[in-house]
Amino acid sequence: MALSCRHVWDRISEYIDDTLDPQVRAEVERHLAHCEICSAIIDSTRNIIIFMADDRVFELPLDFSKRLHARLDDILQHEFPELPGISPE
Amino acid sequence: MTNAAPVDAMEPASEQALIASILAGERDKFHILIRPYERQIYRTALALVKNEAEAEDVVQDAVLKAYRKLAGFRGDAKFSTWLMAITLNEARGRLRKESRAAFDSLDERSEESGDYTPAALTDWREVPLAALERQEVCALIQQAVSELPETFREIVTLRDVEELSVNDTATLLGISVSLVKVRLHRARMMLQRKLVPQLRLAAKPEPKRRIFGRLSWL
Repeated sequence: MALSCRHVWDRISEYIDDTLDPQVRAEVERHLAHCEICSAIIDSTRNIIIFMADDRVFELPLDFSKRLHARLDDILQHEFPELPGISPE
Repeated sequence: MTNAAPVDAMEPASEQALIASILAGERDKFHILIRPYERQIYRTALALVKNEAEAEDVVQDAVLKAYRKLAGFRGDAKFSTWLMAITLNEARGRLRKESRAAFDSLDERSEESGDYTPAALTDWREVPLAALERQEVCALIQQAVSELPETFREIVTLRDVEELSVNDTATLLGISVSLVKVRLHRARMMLQRKLVPQLRLAAKPEPKRRIFGRLSWL
């Protein structure tokens, strides 16, 4: 049975992650071979997914790490980790 | 000063040994333990609270909590998953406190049902990674993620920004693998519909400056 565009849209994410059942994947591929619209939708979705994983998109604020470790230092100087069943020092 | 370069995660065995030595009294080593995960937990916090300063507070509180509760960490989970779970809890706690979540949950109901019509642009041409050198392109992506309802922000951050496995994501969120897949699909489709038209315009290379423009009278 040939898949409609709507059926393909429902499977885009799993198609990109390669988690579709082989038979369904083959049906999607048959559809893509002649459907320019669905091919473009899949390509653009994949493009966006690749962008999101890039470190440049969600950068750390300037000196974030320095501030984190300074605050941590302060605690490490004065506190031990809590020990279950033993009262703090 | 800027941030140090990202540090790779350690082997689980060395990480376990490090945790043991911290608990045995070498407290300073906690710095080394969390360095590989700073970036990951910051981005997760940011995806939830949507504000840089607040995300930084969430990270600091989560890291301090992880230090204090370190003895309670069981080696049967990955340290990174445990740290992420603490971060998610801190971030969610803040959202609840500000009752921002009440608005989000309404959005989620409408988003969980509805059918999706993706942005169908047959003349789509791949936007090269080099476009991310441009701040406005990164800003569009950040904005689109931040506008997703909370559950979808979480899922897309864990899976597509942090690239956690489906199984780790399911464990972390306490939901089934199939629900992870369903939500991720919805989130990606929402992003596709929103971003494709914007990126297509924004990613067009700027017209080259005419080097000899001033000599055009020649």
